[in-house]
Amino acid sequence: MLHKITLSLLILLSLSACSLEPWVKPYERANLADPIMSFSQDPLSQGYIHHVYQAREGARGAEGGSGGGCGCN
Amino acid sequence: MVPGAVVVVTKLSRLLLVLGFLIATISGNAAVLPFERADVLYHSYTGGGININGPAILVRKSIGDSVSVSAKHYVDTISSASIDIEVILGASTYEEERVENAFTFDYLNEKTLMSFGYTNSEENDFLADTFSFGISQDMFGDLTTVSMGYAHGSNTVGKTGAPAFAETSQSDNFNLSLAQVLTKDLIMSAALDVTTDAGFLNNPYRKVRYIDTPTTFLLENEVYPKTRTSTAIAMRARYFLPYRAALHAEYRLFQDSWDIKGNNIELGYTHPFMDDWVAEAHFRTYAQTKASFYNDLFPYSNAQNFLARDKELSTFNNNTIGFGISYEFAKGEGGFIDKASVNFKFDHIQFNYKDFRDATQTSFTPGTEPLYKFSANVMQLFLSVWF
Repeated sequence: MLHKITLSLLILLSLSACSLEPWVKPYERANLADPIMSFSQDPLSQGYIHHVYQAREGARGAEGGSGGGCGCN
Repeated sequence: MVPGAVVVVTKLSRLLLVLGFLIATISGNAAVLPFERADVLYHSYTGGGININGPAILVRKSIGDSVSVSAKHYVDTISSASIDIEVILGASTYEEERVENAFTFDYLNEKTLMSFGYTNSEENDFLADTFSFGISQDMFGDLTTVSMGYAHGSNTVGKTGAPAFAETSQSDNFNLSLAQVLTKDLIMSAALDVTTDAGFLNNPYRKVRYIDTPTTFLLENEVYPKTRTSTAIAMRARYFLPYRAALHAEYRLFQDSWDIKGNNIELGYTHPFMDDWVAEAHFRTYAQTKASFYNDLFPYSNAQNFLARDKELSTFNNNTIGFGISYEFAKGEGGFIDKASVNFKFDHIQFNYKDFRDATQTSFTPGTEPLYKFSANVMQLFLSVWF
């Protein structure tokens, strides 16, 4: 079940990216470039919180925080 | 088509198919190096009879236009009189220290950002070395970032007071993520993580309990399987509100070969104010089912091939409410520093166990003790400097 969801999501995202021209122009990315929109604002702090949960929960992985993606640099 | 042909497409080949597809579609613009910054952090965790605190330092520096390096030093000073210790040893406290050092090397080569990492973690009874490699690329007019990585870990497990005890384990991790700008105010990401472990995966100190007489129980060593494979997927989004604030949401789904199924949801809100301040608040809820070989109280000794009574493998949920506040200063004043901030974060977590009982309450017949629950407070205070 999980693998099917994963496969569907990845293919959908990939296809959407392939078939369309960039629709948010560079001059429209001011909001995305704002630091409050970053997925990983404070890597050290974020890593610590992930560690807190990893040590106490069965689940692990896909915590995020590797950055990238805003396309605003 | 041969009727069984579809079945032949295994889970692994599906994953490789997706990876191949994504790699084939990579084209476009250059990635960028991470920001140069330094962080000094003090962390503190208190809950369930455990106190863990210590410092952490992270420094990242660029060398020229194509190389970035980072070094991290992290310390956990642990003082524990948790329920796990109390059931096995009675009322006692143990203290230990964990020191982690990590180094990364990022190399930007035209359109590709490659990352290499090494992490070493040492305790008196546990050594871990991890090597990692990652690759990341922006494409489609910088609206999409695809990242993938691999990490291999080697662990050596010891046991205090038992010099002859020496076990090992290995882990392999594959991860893939895709971040996508959807509108000028909305960005989303999807992540997939597959991890396999092999070797000695127990905590060597933990024990299970089984019924001795109708009113008493005895303890024996845990026995875990020698392998574990887990898959996690996550979706995240951040949305920019018109008055300069941000909403964020996360959903993660997890399952493993030990039959644990978990998921968590997080919602948060970030609000800058008075030019230099940023406040943030969030709520997170997590739930999981137990491992197939978990039992709070086994009916007799060696009742099954694998035995565990770790509360981390039981059925439970937890809820977190947290907030943070940061103050930025030294912005745009020239000189060596671009910007600095001082930050405080606080999280309160409530754990509620559904099939893990408080075995320290000896006035109850085994198996009828109250279900265990506890709350934890997590605090971080840190200084960040961008240069």
